[in-house]
Amino acid sequence: MSRSIVPEPVARQPWQMLIPLFGLVALGGAVLYSAAGGHLQPYALSHVIRFLVFLVMAIVISLMSRNLFRMAAYPIYGGIVVLLVLVEAIGAVGGGSQRWLNLGFMTLQPSELMKPAIVLVLAKFYETLPPPMTASMRGLVPAAVLIGIPAALVILQPDLGTALAICFGGAVTMFLAGLPLSWFLGAGGVAVVGTPVAFFTLLHDYQRKRVLTFLDPESDPLGTGYHITQSKIAIGSGGIFGKGFGNGTQSHLQYLPEAHTDFVFATMAEEWGFIGGLFVIFVFGVLMAWGLRVARNAPDRFSSLLAAGMTATIFFYVAINLMMVMGLAPVVGIPLPFMSHGGTSMLTNMICLGTIMAVNRWNQRPSTFS
Amino acid sequence: MKINFRRFFPERHTTSGTLRNSFDRRSMVIGTVQGGIGVLLASRMGYLAVFENEKYKLEAESNRVNLSLIPPRRGWILDRYGTPLASNRADFRVDIIPDRMSDPERTINRLGRLLSLTPIQMQDLHDKLDKARGFAPVEVSSGLDWERFAAVSVRLPDLPGVVTQRGFSRHYPAGPCVGHLLGYVGTASAEDYEKDRDPLLITPGYKVGKDGIEKVFEQQLRGKPGARRVEVTASGRIVRDLETREDVQGQTIKLTIDAGLQEYAARRIGPESGAVVVMDCHTGDVLTMASMPSFDPNSFSDGIGRLEWKMLSDDDHVPLRNKVLRGLYPPGSTVKPMVALSFLKAGLDPEESVVCNGGLRVGNRVFHCWNRRGHGRVNMAKGIYQSCDVYFYYFAQKIGMDPIAAMARRLGLGQEFDLPVVGQSYGTVPDPAWKLKKYGREWQTYDTVNATIGQGYFLVNPLQQAVMASRIASGQELMPSLLYSDKRGGAPSLGVTQEHLDYVHQAMSDVVNGPGTAHRAALPIEGVNLAGKTGTAQVVSLSVSSGKGGLWKYRDHGHFICFAPFDKPRYACAVVIEHGGGSGAAYPVARDVMTYLWDKEKAMDKLLEFEKQWGGTPSERLDARYRAYAAQYGVNVPAVSAEDVRQAENTQQSVQPIVNEAQTPAPEPVATGTEAPAGEATPPPATESDGSGANPQ
Repeated sequence: MSRSIVPEPVARQPWQMLIPLFGLVALGGAVLYSAAGGHLQPYALSHVIRFLVFLVMAIVISLMSRNLFRMAAYPIYGGIVVLLVLVEAIGAVGGGSQRWLNLGFMTLQPSELMKPAIVLVLAKFYETLPPPMTASMRGLVPAAVLIGIPAALVILQPDLGTALAICFGGAVTMFLAGLPLSWFLGAGGVAVVGTPVAFFTLLHDYQRKRVLTFLDPESDPLGTGYHITQSKIAIGSGGIFGKGFGNGTQSHLQYLPEAHTDFVFATMAEEWGFIGGLFVIFVFGVLMAWGLRVARNAPDRFSSLLAAGMTATIFFYVAINLMMVMGLAPVVGIPLPFMSHGGTSMLTNMICLGTIMAVNRWNQRPSTFS
Repeated sequence: MKINFRRFFPERHTTSGTLRNSFDRRSMVIGTVQGGIGVLLASRMGYLAVFENEKYKLEAESNRVNLSLIPPRRGWILDRYGTPLASNRADFRVDIIPDRMSDPERTINRLGRLLSLTPIQMQDLHDKLDKARGFAPVEVSSGLDWERFAAVSVRLPDLPGVVTQRGFSRHYPAGPCVGHLLGYVGTASAEDYEKDRDPLLITPGYKVGKDGIEKVFEQQLRGKPGARRVEVTASGRIVRDLETREDVQGQTIKLTIDAGLQEYAARRIGPESGAVVVMDCHTGDVLTMASMPSFDPNSFSDGIGRLEWKMLSDDDHVPLRNKVLRGLYPPGSTVKPMVALSFLKAGLDPEESVVCNGGLRVGNRVFHCWNRRGHGRVNMAKGIYQSCDVYFYYFAQKIGMDPIAAMARRLGLGQEFDLPVVGQSYGTVPDPAWKLKKYGREWQTYDTVNATIGQGYFLVNPLQQAVMASRIASGQELMPSLLYSDKRGGAPSLGVTQEHLDYVHQAMSDVVNGPGTAHRAALPIEGVNLAGKTGTAQVVSLSVSSGKGGLWKYRDHGHFICFAPFDKPRYACAVVIEHGGGSGAAYPVARDVMTYLWDKEKAMDKLLEFEKQWGGTPSERLDARYRAYAAQYGVNVPAVSAEDVRQAENTQQSVQPIVNEAQTPAPEPVATGTEAPAGEATPPPATESDGSGANPQ
């Protein structure tokens, strides 16, 4: 190890990604400070503190060995499925659907934990699958079951957004695992045909309404379309440089719904303008590029699938959220990573980040035994 | 199964190396897709924030800034001396905008407690809300004291949809005495808003004129609303004021009415149902136009509640009808001076006389004089001051109907005047052409005989009677006016010679001051002699009722027209007392009203004495009646239907139920005999009984 004034554990962190990320979290803190009417409470301070706490957690995750990940994959997955069943059972007994599990000292949303867990378990599965079997039923059916069980349980809650996120993370991992392209094209075709059917049979009324409103927000400007309309007004009225810090009227006068959670990007864009928006997209771009680079540099199949899948999971959050606030996707209630106020999504994203950091660490010290 | 799949997917040689390659390729694809979505998002944002920036800026601004109208102060309505007939009072008010309420039931109950509304008020509020359109404000309460107003104001954040305001409310100092003349104001109805899309109409606290002067001069009285630009939150809470523009008060309307006289006349009618009109004989100015009983316009402005509605509809005196303009009555003997003028014009010598034996045979029927004992030898003057019917029966047959009808029209009967009022019923001056057109039958001699004593098809309203009195008095074709103006040209002459006028004036003076039918009508003022003419109009056949007593609705109408001083006419007056039992009910009212013009104190003393017996002023009596109703019925009165209220708000269009075709005398001769023919459903041609009611001589 070369001697340096910077201690080695600090120097080996992926600073090219972390520094932009700190900038993003700081911007998020500033936006939340403004959204609270110029106060640290109740959003900004807890947002930054949470980030720091979870960053420590991510670093701890990144220090774990590859074998530990491999060994833990199935037990973690199994445990979360049990929790999902438990949530469903408690909901059924309590009379009504529920997503949370009250542990006494905190509430736990198992469906969130499933997002990184599905990537982990699929990475493990495809690592152990003999390469020639990748293109066979043995490469498809178990993976499909692994995705299907939690996705079905989450849809029952009902939480379409999270279920989609689980499916998306799983599908990207399968895609990268090398399953034949024709299967994905075929599935895509089925989806195109099946979507209209699902739209009219599987979706709940409120979900169907959301989709319809997304297609024509002006049809119901005071009802469900209100969210999208107000969000577009906030983003559009910001202009190139924004209205200035603390001057956003859409958020401060409560026209923007969920200004500190799902629509935090609109709150930001109103005050920081197009420039602020480009910065956010840039930071996420850096993050994604770094994650994929880590995946490509990974020495083995498990690590590369793990890093790429985690990157895809974060990407899914970012893409859906931004498309939603800009009126390109229906309102699905998915927060923006690292900016929206909320502990659960921060936890999930930091688990993903910590996992990618772990892979990054394994890349720096290629070894056959760790 | 396996064999099948193998056939579909031919065995490929897959190794970890090919998988690695495929991963690299596919991760490139994913990276590209992600980058593409990033570019898409960035350009979408650029489109929203740069290219559509102007549009969204405007939308954000229209979100943030709320322009609320400040209802303008309504223009005052003044009398001829500048005394306010309608003014504005500063008050505190609370309104609800139903669309903005989140939990109506809770909000209303809470308001009810805060404002300590009575169960009756709560019921009326619910009624109003049931009928309201969501966007239009509904008045909860106005004229609040500061404590109750503040109690609601501080809780506004918990009461979405509730609006508190310091504003102005309309105030009519004379209350019911000016109800029909001025009308009232009220929240604009949905129909009003459809006709006039002025956003002011749905501004809380704004009221439109609903009747009378208030309705006719709505545009002038309205003024220009002020505006307040405020920054509001999505839930409507006001964050701060940005800018305020003061309102511009509506124009003042000055009427020819004499406020004191108007109130006096209305109060003097007392518990009777009647109308008083006083006109200036120089200008035609209408000094008084009173119709009683009436409603209190002050209490109408918050809508008509169930109890109020029941009170009004239970009253057989029809308080919602403006009897001055919409009440049509057979004028009875008040037409005799007019008929006499037509005789003179036709060349009849006033000294030509006829002997009255109490009746005259016309064709195969006998028409009675009101005085069955007869008046002996009667000339024109005696025909007027003794109101001898036989004189007029006799000479009318000689002269014919057409000259009489022409004179009637010239004196204003059957005419509609150019007045700022909501509606006039102009009645009928019958003549042969009219009858032929209306009934397709020939005019008969007995029709002339009936018309000449103001019965039969003759129908007039009290305003026309006042105009007739003023024209007889002045000899000019005076036009009644309600809008005050300083400069007014003299009216054209009637084309009746002064000699004829003087003769009739003297005879009318003798009605009161000579050997006439109305001694008690003499003014208690030294040197001012009243000239007048009594009239008693039958409502039903004598076989149903004598017309003097019994059921109220069968009693005769009492009429009196007059002017004073008789030799230099200054004021003319017409009084109608519906079912007053004869002219004896009408002329004391006319006397006191005319007295007021010369000696207010003397007139007031008399009125106050009467009001002691009647139970107070009209307002006090209305209040007492309301309290009695509230105690008796409480909240158990059926709801007012929307149709009822619409009709009530268009009071002037209500049909005249008392005088209609069925009650005018039948055109056919029915029987002969000494007694008036008693057709079953058709009242007889009038055997006119006229005079001073109880003591005719």
